[in-house]
Amino acid sequence: MTPAERPNAIRTRLEQALAPCEVDVQDASARHAGHVGARDGRGHFSVTVVSPAFDGQDRITRHRAVYGALSDLMDTDIHALSIRALTPKEKP
Amino acid sequence: MDVMEKIKEQVEGTPVMLYMKGTPDFPQCGFSSRVVQALKAVDAEFESVNVLEEPEVRTNLPRYANWPTFPQLFVGGELIGGCDITVDMYNSGELKQVIDQALGR
Repeated sequence: MTPAERPNAIRTRLEQALAPCEVDVQDASARHAGHVGARDGRGHFSVTVVSPAFDGQDRITRHRAVYGALSDLMDTDIHALSIRALTPKEKP
Repeated sequence: MDVMEKIKEQVEGTPVMLYMKGTPDFPQCGFSSRVVQALKAVDAEFESVNVLEEPEVRTNLPRYANWPTFPQLFVGGELIGGCDITVDMYNSGELKQVIDQALGR
């Protein structure tokens, strides 16, 4: 996968796993170019996922679900991930 | 000692334990740095492990904690989360509560 294909791949994985009503994926890799963690070529991303699947779940459980949906990409394409996981009711 | 036992002993034996990249004075990652800032802001006494210098811990902690990235903050033996959750809890005041409780203050 090329770096340009990563945001869509992340979005697709999240949509398949979490049936979200809203997904936003931001590629922050450019801001971290040259930083130690960016040397292996994996990217930095920031995701917002709004899904009823998070209803009744604590933060840790929600974040684990997001990491789980992206597990194979965590090894190959994602170095750092910032996560906002909300239910539709919590959405500002 | 087996690395999983060593991790268990660390997280269960230390009220506030941070696994981070770098040290509190010289963090090597923005996410680790933000967690240190949040801990300092609630006046937390904490210990830290620099996973960049502890490759065994870096490899095995994600399996122990079922959490793939660093930093990882443990309070009272329980995983609190990474940077997003810690900062979120700082902003809501919950971080101070759980840390005060763990430190018995």
